[in-house]
Amino acid sequence: MGKSLFEKVWDAHTVRTLSNGQTQLLIGTHLLHEVTSPQAFGMLRDLNLKVAYPHRTFATVDHIVPTHSRVEPFADPLADAMINELRKNCADTGVTFFDMNTGKQGIVHVVGPEQGITQPGTTIACGDSHTSTHGAFGAIAFGIGTTQIRDLLATQTMALTQLKVRKIEVNGKLRPGVYAKDVILHIIRKLGVNGGTGFAYEYAGEVFEKFSMEERMTVCNMSIEGGARVGYINPDEKTFEYLKGRPYSPKGAEWEAAVEQWKSFASDADCDYDDVVAIDAADIAPTVTWGINPAQAITIEENIPSVDNVKDSEKAITAEALEYMKLEGGTAIKGTKVDVCFVGSCTNGRLSDFEEVAKYLKGHKVDPGVKAIAVPGSQIVDAICKEKGIDAIYREAGFEWREAGCSMCLAMNPDKLIGDQLSASSSNRNFKGRQGSPTGRTVLMSPVMVAAAAIRGEISDSREVFDIRETANA
Amino acid sequence: MALEKITEVSGRGVTVAGDEIDTDRIIPARFMKCVTFDTMGDYLFYDVRKNEDGSDKKHPLNEERYQGASILLTGANFGCGSSREHAPQAIYRYGFRGIIAESYAEIFFGNCTTLGIPCFIAAKEDIAKIAAAVEADPSIEITLDVENEKIGFGSESVTAVIRETAKKALVAGKWDMIGELKEAETEVSSVAAKLPYMAK
Repeated sequence: MGKSLFEKVWDAHTVRTLSNGQTQLLIGTHLLHEVTSPQAFGMLRDLNLKVAYPHRTFATVDHIVPTHSRVEPFADPLADAMINELRKNCADTGVTFFDMNTGKQGIVHVVGPEQGITQPGTTIACGDSHTSTHGAFGAIAFGIGTTQIRDLLATQTMALTQLKVRKIEVNGKLRPGVYAKDVILHIIRKLGVNGGTGFAYEYAGEVFEKFSMEERMTVCNMSIEGGARVGYINPDEKTFEYLKGRPYSPKGAEWEAAVEQWKSFASDADCDYDDVVAIDAADIAPTVTWGINPAQAITIEENIPSVDNVKDSEKAITAEALEYMKLEGGTAIKGTKVDVCFVGSCTNGRLSDFEEVAKYLKGHKVDPGVKAIAVPGSQIVDAICKEKGIDAIYREAGFEWREAGCSMCLAMNPDKLIGDQLSASSSNRNFKGRQGSPTGRTVLMSPVMVAAAAIRGEISDSREVFDIRETANA
Repeated sequence: MALEKITEVSGRGVTVAGDEIDTDRIIPARFMKCVTFDTMGDYLFYDVRKNEDGSDKKHPLNEERYQGASILLTGANFGCGSSREHAPQAIYRYGFRGIIAESYAEIFFGNCTTLGIPCFIAAKEDIAKIAAAVEADPSIEITLDVENEKIGFGSESVTAVIRETAKKALVAGKWDMIGELKEAETEVSSVAAKLPYMAK
């Protein structure tokens, strides 16, 4: 019997079995940001412990950085204290820090791959639940809490329970106007927000094989929204092509050896999965959320569910969601007025996201009632967009083009909803209050759907707004 | 580092009803702008407990009769969303020492265990029974028996589940793993030596 990538990587990084039955796992790559790490460094100081492998930890600043101005000190003294704390912690311990003056700062899940730090067959952890993003490269990547960050800094290992593996196969051909974001929202809708608890998701099949690395990252990124702490795709030529020549990628003879080793981590054809789910690509349409968790999603053509037509077990949460979202069950989501449109985040803030939207944005104007912002995922994404004139297309259409950061995805920075504003967002969470206002409302969708909403001033079918037809992508 | 052996936790209970209570609900992100966890307890469930002007909303944690409760009763997939340890830190620092839910999100569960908070999984009906008893008499004592996987409330009890690894760690006083992880430095270097990407 063969092994899955998950099992192979797990085995290669296992140190030993701990007294409680968990595995002590070596985590080769540790990524840090300013929000969840300061307390961990504090704990290290309290325990008089040192960073064991400083060359394997990489930091950047993303959650709290303002995206409209880089002038320091930041207007918010708390945010300013956090960035300076991270600077000091990295300087004191020898951890590499991609600060704002390096030209390499950005959202940690954009920076890792961009620098070639994210590699196949490796273990990665970061104090952020969207660390699953790095699974796009065939890495096993865990979101962790602050005490585990301490463990990792002090020992380069963590105590973990092995996950089961569910293979999610999507075969067939996606219809025009359907994107990676729609694929993952569709999967979460089908399997539920907690369907992945205890599982690593292996995404397989024609759709993921055809996807670019950036599309694969969008899918793996949202694994946790389906309850799966880990999501991954087996490495292939596209993975190697993406990594070749990046700053931290192996060079020269080491490159060839690394590619050989990376290939060996891919799941064996005869491996035994704990579960297999098959999805037909043709069933997926542009998808939007209507509620307060990412599984509360429908296609743009469907009506919002009403309390009467959902299962008994879902009635309470449906009612709660409809009340919070101020939406009426049984009516179309299309046509719902939007106040704010956001393109960005670790889910959809990469070059190809901005390029794809730019393709359609030319000649259109953002509705005057809408505040639209585009926030590149990293300074490098920003620089390439500027080089290609993509930022100008957004600005011309009426978007604000901002500096790199997490921005409106979680509102730990000045980008926030006000009151009960409704946001069409390319981010990953539509929880109550997620975008900074306790009554703010979030509708998740693909970047092209966000652009369509921005232009029409209401939730719209991007295929109609941009005349995306069946033959367009054939 | 000697840790307390957590074999049993007891105290009064309070119910925060609902499924899919996410970490943004437990601790809104704007309160995470800090470099310590010291004040987290003040912001537990903030946006559902407080109005924007800081005055109280109707919420069980604001009710006089539930003050001092240390066992939290809730629904399914508790703690879903972010990996922020600020969420269990807020729960602990507010004064909770144990949780009873139908199920937990993965990362949240691990974070709680690391802080020595037993997370019991109980059937929906049993949670409803305990909640009804607490509602009728908020002073009744709830006991989470970690060793025997039982929840006592008043004169009654129900069986519950606590994940085996968490149970072992709590009962042995090894829920904070740092001591044990540190012991294996030599083994860690030999695993690292076999992985080319770990080289300097």
